[in-house]
Amino acid sequence: MLSDFLRHELGLTGTHVGCEHGVCGACTLLLDGDAVRSCLLFAVQCSGCDVRTVESLAGQRAGEGAATEDPLHPLQEAFREEHALQCGFCTPGFLMSLVPFLERHPDPSDEEIREALSGNLCRCTGYQNLVAAVRSAARRLRAEPGEPDAAS
Amino acid sequence: MKPAPFRYCAPETVDEALELLATGDPEDEVKLLAGGQSLVPAMNFRLARPGLLIDLNRIAELASIATRDDAEGSILRLGAMVRQSAAEHSPDVARLAPLMGEALPSVAHTQIRNRGTVGGSLAHADPAAELPAVMLALDARMHLRSVRGERAVDAGDFFLGLFETALEPDEMLTAIEIDAASAVEGSCFEEVSRRRGDYALAGAAARVRLDADGTCRFARLTFLSVADLPVRALEAEQMLLGERPHDELLRAVAEHAARREIDPGSDIHASSAFRRHLAAGLARRTLATAVSRATAAHGATDHGGASS
Ligand SMILES: Cc1cc2nc3c(=O)[nH]c(=O)nc-3n(C[C@H](O)[C@H](O)[C@H](O)COP(=O)(O)OP(=O)(O)OC[C@H]3O[C@@H](n4cnc5c(N)ncnc54)[C@H](O)[C@@H]3O)c2cc1C
Ligand code: FES
Ligand code: FES
Repeated sequence: MLSDFLRHELGLTGTHVGCEHGVCGACTLLLDGDAVRSCLLFAVQCSGCDVRTVESLAGQRAGEGAATEDPLHPLQEAFREEHALQCGFCTPGFLMSLVPFLERHPDPSDEEIREALSGNLCRCTGYQNLVAAVRSAARRLRAEPGEPDAAS
Repeated sequence: MKPAPFRYCAPETVDEALELLATGDPEDEVKLLAGGQSLVPAMNFRLARPGLLIDLNRIAELASIATRDDAEGSILRLGAMVRQSAAEHSPDVARLAPLMGEALPSVAHTQIRNRGTVGGSLAHADPAAELPAVMLALDARMHLRSVRGERAVDAGDFFLGLFETALEPDEMLTAIEIDAASAVEGSCFEEVSRRRGDYALAGAAARVRLDADGTCRFARLTFLSVADLPVRALEAEQMLLGERPHDELLRAVAEHAARREIDPGSDIHASSAFRRHLAAGLARRTLATAVSRATAAHGATDHGGASS
């Protein structure tokens, strides 16, 4: 599985594995920009594709030398401030589902946020704080002046 | 769990894939891999243990959405490997098969639809899946190919039972063709599920075409999750033809369909009786919405010359 390849071969343990049948969402990552389940993909299928895991988020936006000052992605900042995680097992999957969601819906309604969260399970937070975090992250991202390092 | 060992190949053309499919020996089950959103969970549970996987994801010719016009009108052609999310966001699907566009957001979650394909859902033929019932309502034609040749099968003859279709072991579903919705038609899809993205406890799809005076000239009513296969309620459709649909008639039609034309099972999710109850309500609501949309469409074509 791609999820096992990342964790065991590459040592990238940010991608979590819960159910291995596509239900829980913990293993979600971006394949060519789209959120997908890595537990339902064989690593060999992704040859030549762009795979982004949760490890790619932090530090990405910080400028030269600023990496240690402001290492977190605005979505991660919002998760921390709004207490959108407790044990954190579900968090990478939520983050990687929400990155493309916020790119496509910069100003989402609560209804849209709930819909976007519905593909991932969290057993700790009760989801309320997740909704608040997405709202706050959307505000932060809208306030950002453009995308300095928009990866193509 | 993890899949049992298997061999893997990723051909780049349909012909290559069909050759590989045809050479499979019975000892060593050969499976086509589309989005993998049903097959891979089954492999992870070791419910499926194919010896050879033929990955269709590198075959570009299967992944396109196309339209063409013939004497009868426009035809929408979806390659079997079109992702469910691509169809969901396709303007061609929204315009030519709005019923399908309305149903797609109910198929699982975005992350599943980003990978899951239209053809995979149809070939899988889960009676609780949305797309088979939608294809039945749309009178879609399934294009099947093997090294022996090509044939087209109507949706009504394609779904044969629980996870069972007209596909022969050496055949591949290559494309789905749908005649464009008429300009004066109304359609509607609705389902009831426990949580967003779950498989439906029951669902219904309706299409209605009305004359200028409101007489029903064409009707389709299909259900999912109420039998071993998607069901078309032929008697209920007949009850509508030649009538001017009103609330009482729609209620009677929906009750008839739910009592006489479906065979829901009981499982941990819902009892048979509850599914019948849901089916009746869903049939009435989808038909009523389809009728009001058809009426509105008439208004638009009668008076809205500017928009044509
Ligand atoms: C968590 C979760 C929730 C889901 N919820 C829903 C839901 O609510 N509604 C719903 O409808 N579905 C749901 N699904 C299933 C999803 O829609 C699948 O994508 C779909 O059932 C199968 O499509 P696929 O492309 O993934 O096919 P695969 O899983 O790759 O294949 C499915 C089967 O079809 C065969 N096959 C695939 N393509 C072809 C072809 N072109 N020709 C011949 N045979 C072929 C394969 O060999 C296999 O036997 C869910 C899945 C998950 C993991
Ligand atoms: S581990 Fe992939 S969805 Fe649960
Ligand atoms: S924070 Fe524990 S599962 Fe979500």
